[in-house]
Amino acid sequence: MSLIESACSLLEAVHEVDRRFEMEDYEGGIGRWCSGCGDYSVLTAAQRLLLSEQLPPEQVAFISGIGCSSRFPHYMGTYGFHGIHGRALPFATGVKLARPDLHVFVVMGDGDCCSIGAAHWIHALRYNTDMVALLLDNNIYGLTKKQTSPTTPQGYPSNTQPHGSFLPALNPLTVSLGVTNASFVAQTADWAPGHLYATLQAAHRHKGFAFIRILQRCPKWTGDIFEEAVRKPAKTELLVHPRGVRDEDSEKIFTTHVPHDPADIHAARELAEDPSRVLLGLFYYDPSRPVYNETRKLPAHTAEEKIEILDEEMDRYAV
Amino acid sequence: MSTTSQTSTSRESAPSLVGGIPQVIECSDYTVEVVSDSGEGAQKCGQTFAGVSAKMGNGVWTVEIIPAEIQPPARTPGGASGVRIRIGSETVTNWGDETKLVVAFNEQVLLARHRLEALADDALILIDSMWEKHEDADIRAAWAAAMEELAAKNYRFVPVPMWEQCLEVVDNPRLGRNMFVLGMLSEIFCRDLDHVRQQIAHQFRKKGDEVIQVNVQLMEMGAAWAKTNLGLEVKIASKPYAQPMIVMNGNQAAGLGAMAAGLDLCAMYPITPATSVSHYLGEVFDRVGGILHQAEDEIAAAGVATGASYAGKVAFTVSSGPGLALKTETLGLAVMTETPMIVLDVQRGGPSTGLPTKVEQSDLMAALYAQPGDAPKVVLAPATIEECFHVMITARRIAETLRCVVIVLSDANLATGVTPFPRPKLDPSWQARQPDLGPVPENLRPYDWDPKTGLSRRFIPGQPGGMHTATGLVHDEGSKVNYQPDVNERAHKMRSRKLAVLQSTLQPPPIHGGDSGDLLLVGWGSTKGAIEEAVDRARAKGLAVSSTHLTFLSPLQPGLKGIFKRFGKVMTVEINYSDDLGDPYITEENRRHSQLCILLRSHTLVNVDCWTRVPGEPLRPAAILAAAANKLATGGKA
Repeated sequence: MSLIESACSLLEAVHEVDRRFEMEDYEGGIGRWCSGCGDYSVLTAAQRLLLSEQLPPEQVAFISGIGCSSRFPHYMGTYGFHGIHGRALPFATGVKLARPDLHVFVVMGDGDCCSIGAAHWIHALRYNTDMVALLLDNNIYGLTKKQTSPTTPQGYPSNTQPHGSFLPALNPLTVSLGVTNASFVAQTADWAPGHLYATLQAAHRHKGFAFIRILQRCPKWTGDIFEEAVRKPAKTELLVHPRGVRDEDSEKIFTTHVPHDPADIHAARELAEDPSRVLLGLFYYDPSRPVYNETRKLPAHTAEEKIEILDEEMDRYAV
Repeated sequence: MSTTSQTSTSRESAPSLVGGIPQVIECSDYTVEVVSDSGEGAQKCGQTFAGVSAKMGNGVWTVEIIPAEIQPPARTPGGASGVRIRIGSETVTNWGDETKLVVAFNEQVLLARHRLEALADDALILIDSMWEKHEDADIRAAWAAAMEELAAKNYRFVPVPMWEQCLEVVDNPRLGRNMFVLGMLSEIFCRDLDHVRQQIAHQFRKKGDEVIQVNVQLMEMGAAWAKTNLGLEVKIASKPYAQPMIVMNGNQAAGLGAMAAGLDLCAMYPITPATSVSHYLGEVFDRVGGILHQAEDEIAAAGVATGASYAGKVAFTVSSGPGLALKTETLGLAVMTETPMIVLDVQRGGPSTGLPTKVEQSDLMAALYAQPGDAPKVVLAPATIEECFHVMITARRIAETLRCVVIVLSDANLATGVTPFPRPKLDPSWQARQPDLGPVPENLRPYDWDPKTGLSRRFIPGQPGGMHTATGLVHDEGSKVNYQPDVNERAHKMRSRKLAVLQSTLQPPPIHGGDSGDLLLVGWGSTKGAIEEAVDRARAKGLAVSSTHLTFLSPLQPGLKGIFKRFGKVMTVEINYSDDLGDPYITEENRRHSQLCILLRSHTLVNVDCWTRVPGEPLRPAAILAAAANKLATGGKA
């Protein structure tokens, strides 16, 4: 970078103090999801979060895989990387390792995260790289037109298992809570926008890998799965605790409250175990866990310094 | 090339060997092997000996003989582990033909080398004398059976009480014989023992003085034993180097080259024979500010590298054939998003798990064409250990300039081979520049392809005004998903055009031998030294044979058709599979050609033939020479 260029970027940095971002700064293309799709409420919550945190759009990267939910980055006004099926987490890990200054968000569907990319999911929880990972779980493969996903409820029919899903659904919460070094595991729902927003905010502020499973309606294929929880707010239970995710408005709407200390991993696992309950809140939170990108912080050298170190290194092999 | 002259002028006071073995051998080129059970340190012995020889000004090339297991059963031919060292008075470029001197820790590992026809008919074999009269009857029987089999050749055996001697210093000679052997070899080859002591001290520097002392003692004991009992000298002239040299293997050279190129993020998953690149990076990388990320799998390794490159780096990943296969889809995405990235593929034998520790050149087609859809990538092949260093600098420049994926095809021969080469004069301008995070100029789009060259400027997250979503879907200049026919056509053209632009900057490959003639051999990668040595021998016999070696496989270097037309016949020499005419059912019509051969036939429309072998070891110059002579003698014009 020339002297003049660096002077210019200095001006830019000074200028940044005065920048005020509006909602439209975070908006990208027009969403092409079906009307009534739960993805829209996640999109809105994410844009609200960036607005309230006043994150410069160029400092934010949304990384996704493949599927309905993975179109997400296209609808943001930030940087985005729409990758390949199941691999959003490795891409995001690469982004964060290379550029710890960026705010990294990962958007995956249940096929992405829990099926084709399940290995990455387990290891991302363990790496605990500083990023927010959103699992938009609609219990079905949507974009490819209704095939059974790992989270499809047992007995629920699809085009690949028309007599109903053969097996009990995989439980993303118990899986996540079982991984060593997990630091933030939460569940929220598209029909609880206030809670969704509050959860995203807590995840963003957490230093480490924040995993949020978002229960989400697919009006096209699985509109009925969460119907009861949506129609009867008392069926949607909120985990409440001073150290948990709190949203006063949501607590007025969803009146069944379950006290739960997110430091208690055993209680978290027990609560998560019951697939018949719709529990929203922070299941587990441990900010003391080692953060992968922090452990990989390295000295920044100039090209000349690197060459000098390497030249010395070559002495070992000198004839 | 080999000019062995054997004289019987003896060293004073040295007793003569049994069996009429000459006491002094003067030559310009000699090949020796050390072979043992796994874990007995034959490689450490051989590499130390090679390092000392390089330091003394000899040309050296080593090839490791590595079983696929860490601890295969002892005393089995399948478990043979060792090293071949070829020493010359000039630069040595390949492992040669047959071994003239073997040090074998037992007769079973020797059998393995015998069965591979690795040994000269009259090879001199120094073998541990402990087995012939061993207390275990099974071992005695195995020895006797082996000797019967080995009698097919005129090998000359010299029993050496290696184990017995080592017992005087260590309790378990399994961990000491290698140093005794190092001493013997040092004495035989008139190596400067001070160099050897220094090398041992360096090798064991992390293990403390006591360990160094024991190893030096064993080495000295071996040297003394050889002096007293063998009286054999192999004299290979050496001369001081005209320039500073370093000596290392190809994986270390590639790792060093990557760092010299300023690549500061490597994501990998362990796979033989590529892993030692990461071992080397693991030692050094964090000192220069680089991250070695061991991913959860091959796909994740490619994904992390892609993500890091998207975020402004030129990242790289290191793998071998099976790993390259797993990275296929991710590389397609990197091509589609025009994310610069480097894949170092250290090839081994395939398909499937194949020959994990052994050489093959069989990933060329996969490197070029594995992706669904057209995915133009640059493919480079270093031919020497020195080129393993420099190729990484070239690869980084190309990847960044063209916003493209560069695949570097090394192989197991280069990976573990050790040879001295001129010490690179490191240049800060080789280093990748830190990404410019200044604002993107107004009206510039993330894929504003120059319509002539296809080149466009990379936007990096953090740059104000550059926000867009990179995608593997068809996209227009603005990175907007767009399935219109013209957009897809244009995007394909632009990605492909970049290779033509690169090709326009390349030179035709140099010819080794004459510029025209009866036969041109064409190779790529690690076979260069062996091919050129075969060409030299053929020309010395009066045969009009030349060779050319391709560094760029995609795009191919210019002028190939013109070069081929100047030769009566053209034949590729490769270490990958092709059908042999004359085998049952194999005809001109159904014959499956080797990988470069297919490429060159389609590229030049010249009737290029191929001679390929997949023995899991480097090609020998003599075998290439025989194939060339055979090609000249048989009909058919290129």
